[in-house]
Amino acid sequence: MSDNGLTPELMLDMYYHMALARAVDDRMWILNRQGRAPVVYTSNGHEAAQVGSAFALNRGEDWICPYYRDLALVLAYGMTPREVMLHLLGRADDPNSGGRQMPAHWGHAKLHILTGGSVVATQDVHAAGLALASKVLKDGRVSVAYFGEGSTSQGEFHEALNFAAVHKLPVIFFNENNGYAISVPARKQMVVQDVAARAQGYGMPGVIVDGNDPIKVYEVVKEAADRARRGEGPTLVEAKTYRFVPHSSDDDDRAYRSREEVAEAKKRDPLTLFEAYLKKAEILTDDKLKAMQQQIKDVVNDATEYAEKAALPDPATLTDHVYGSM
Amino acid sequence: MAVLSYLEAIRETLRQELRRDSRIIIYGEDVGVRGGVFRVTEGLQKEFGEDRIIDSPLAEAAIVGTAIGAAINGLRPVPEIQFADFIFPAMNQIVQEAARIRYRSNGTFAVPIVIRAPYGGGVHGALYHSQSVEAFFAHVPGLKVVVPATPYDAKGLLAAAIQDEDPVLYFEHKAAYRSLKGEVPEERYLIPIGQADRKREGTDVSVITYGLMVSYALKAADELEKEGISVEVVDLRTVRPLDLSAIIETARKTGKVLIVHEDNLTGGIGGEVSALIAEHALFDLDAPIMRLAGPDVPAMPYSAPLEHAFMVTPEKIRDKARELAKF
Amino acid sequence: MPENSDLDAEQLRTMYYYMVLSRELDRRIWILNRQGKSAFVISGQGQEGVQVGAAMALDVKTDWLAPYYRDMAMVLAFGMSAREVMLGQLGKAADPSSGGRQMPSHFGHRAKRILTGSSPVTTQVVHAVGMAWAAKLKGDHAVVLTSLGEGSTNQGEFHEALNFASVQRVPVIVLVENNGYSISVPQSREMAIRDVAVRAQGYGMPGVVVQGSDPLAVYQVVAAARTKAITGGGPTLIEAKTHRFTAHSSDDDDRSYRSRQQLADEKKDDAVIRFQHWLITAQLWDDERERALKARVRHEVDDATEYALLAALPAAETMSDHVYGYPPA
Repeated sequence: MSDNGLTPELMLDMYYHMALARAVDDRMWILNRQGRAPVVYTSNGHEAAQVGSAFALNRGEDWICPYYRDLALVLAYGMTPREVMLHLLGRADDPNSGGRQMPAHWGHAKLHILTGGSVVATQDVHAAGLALASKVLKDGRVSVAYFGEGSTSQGEFHEALNFAAVHKLPVIFFNENNGYAISVPARKQMVVQDVAARAQGYGMPGVIVDGNDPIKVYEVVKEAADRARRGEGPTLVEAKTYRFVPHSSDDDDRAYRSREEVAEAKKRDPLTLFEAYLKKAEILTDDKLKAMQQQIKDVVNDATEYAEKAALPDPATLTDHVYGSM
Repeated sequence: MAVLSYLEAIRETLRQELRRDSRIIIYGEDVGVRGGVFRVTEGLQKEFGEDRIIDSPLAEAAIVGTAIGAAINGLRPVPEIQFADFIFPAMNQIVQEAARIRYRSNGTFAVPIVIRAPYGGGVHGALYHSQSVEAFFAHVPGLKVVVPATPYDAKGLLAAAIQDEDPVLYFEHKAAYRSLKGEVPEERYLIPIGQADRKREGTDVSVITYGLMVSYALKAADELEKEGISVEVVDLRTVRPLDLSAIIETARKTGKVLIVHEDNLTGGIGGEVSALIAEHALFDLDAPIMRLAGPDVPAMPYSAPLEHAFMVTPEKIRDKARELAKF
Repeated sequence: MPENSDLDAEQLRTMYYYMVLSRELDRRIWILNRQGKSAFVISGQGQEGVQVGAAMALDVKTDWLAPYYRDMAMVLAFGMSAREVMLGQLGKAADPSSGGRQMPSHFGHRAKRILTGSSPVTTQVVHAVGMAWAAKLKGDHAVVLTSLGEGSTNQGEFHEALNFASVQRVPVIVLVENNGYSISVPQSREMAIRDVAVRAQGYGMPGVVVQGSDPLAVYQVVAAARTKAITGGGPTLIEAKTHRFTAHSSDDDDRSYRSRQQLADEKKDDAVIRFQHWLITAQLWDDERERALKARVRHEVDDATEYALLAALPAAETMSDHVYGYPPA
């Protein structure tokens, strides 16, 4: 093992958050199928990329600008399963939006998770702006924008990377490339094989990493963050991964990809791979795994119950927070 | 008290604010070394350095989008869009992001930015250097839209905009930059956003307007006074939020209202103001509400005869106000 | 300059003619501005080599141009007349670009296959890709050349256009006329790379750098890109390194951001002078021809000026024409 700073405890914690995200995700789909949650966006398959990157950051201090796929990321960043469920069910106490946004539109001011909209790639420029402030204020923070490969076709992706490179901003552009923008495969999205190739056009490093390996992702993001903190500017990281389920609960992926393709991809399920790795390294034992699975089950049950009982927003609050003051 | 042009008032306010609050940064296309295409930011980079007065790449969505991020992380960005006509690539960032972020995060995030942009025509700017774009933004809850009419107001409103906790669009009329001059106190003062200002007392007709048109309306009022027609001029100062009580008060007082703007007629601020009057003061009116505005063509043409045909002038305001007075 | 090209002596002289015509017309426009006869000038001086070299590599009967505001030499070489340019400059009713509606140098000419453009930069690049896409779908044997400054390559629309063009393999040539300045902002403050052409790698298309003061070199790379495009090979990004010899516009003063020494150095790489020397060395040009050309161009510029000054302004009542194709009921 390289001296990447990952202790056995940290690796177990990583695994815990990956498994937790998968379990929360599974529960969300059940709630949707039961008619209790109107829509679900999944992180199923992306857990290693998200958790590995979160652990490489100064969690709660550095800024992350997630997109709707980033359930595992925000859990690893400190959002609780209760908070996630409050958000899914549109409750008043949802810290993301007080029930105003669709599920998976993350945002948590205290945890330095930036609020996001539904229009893709808007967060890329926000991350550059957060980093611009960090450069001016010299607060030592790094900002990370997370996005799918489809959104790299947006003009704002280009504008953000160019701006960040010109001003050597402490920012990481973290692409979770799962090969599909809803139904459109990457080959119809772009001619290049790798999103990382685009980094050359801005004069910044472009790094490709196996998104199913949380340790590799951790190492790459750590290096990019160190580089950013040293004042050497932005990095584009491309984590190659796969989405195991449809884009959302309103999607049916059988229309655009074969079951064989999905089955093949599942052979490299990051959760299974990491579990095997940890067992082989004798970090994770069967007993520990069992205890962890029980813990996760309890946490997910608790979060579901808690959120279902929580109050819905009062209609009188509809017009709150349009302005801070008038 | 110093007499400053509209442009100087804006520049000196920026300078005063930059000195007062180290969190303020200014960026946009050509704002640094060149001091902006209209020289509004001239000399600021020399005084405050390249870290605070930043020449940005040519990319408006990025200018506004990064301002949003920088504001959330503790700065007070005052980005400039070189011409209001160039704001549209940033429309998504302004309308869907800046305006919605407080609301969508249930009040946990805020975007205190001031987007400055020169607007308006009559300067041979043609379709893409003449537009009035305020109505697009006045439609959007979460935004505040300021259009100052005098050097004095320019200062107080800009300082208030910078102090504001929400995104403010601050539109400066290009033709006003050097043509309008007035006394401006040196000390800092704030003019509350959302308060109109009666620029002239009158009894026969009320002209409700904002921006450059205020000075045009005052000219028209001076001429009509010689004909024995007394015109009241109300400057809205901000077109979102509108000052309902000031609008109703003047409508009730004169019973005859002419609303003037340079922006296109249909869907403009005039429609909203007249709806407010109809809702709140219909039975105080002695004549139909009238509007005088830019015609419904996509934007101002270049060639002189076409530009003159488009532009609202003091003469056109005078004639329309006279027509209303005689109704 | 390259020795070989498929251009014959007459075509080479024509190339020079358009470069000189554009330079002289441009100079006249500045004089009209200083005389108070023209409200606004935006200049192409310094970029004639790029523009004429590129235009000559296209087929004016089938191809399309989607130019930007510096492209006077390009539109002249593509078929717009000096009179037409002057009509636009003075905002006259007969201006083929816009009937006096747009600012000068917002070129557009339906009959000459030149797309109308606006002032917000880079919009034309997406349009050009759309036009080229249509040409491909319709099976037209045509390419679209669009041009822009290097500052425009920072706009999101540049990225969206190039990505789209490469995915759909459309017959478009994107020509960046890199003069080193976006109004006052030097390239180093615009992007962290030296060559815009490297951006092509992000789209899997060729990116070519060419010396803009060498019209024959520009001709050759554009001709090659055209052949590639028209045979289904997809788009090409070309970056021509060039110079802007004037301020950004008549409302700008470049002394605040560019030293006179730097400008003097840039002027040593004047395409018009370099190409004249090349023609002389190739024994295609001499003093007599130069004198004759100068007289011809002078006459043409005088004629265009007089013609446009005397031409009618648009009638005020036409202001509301052409808002829609059919008047609303």
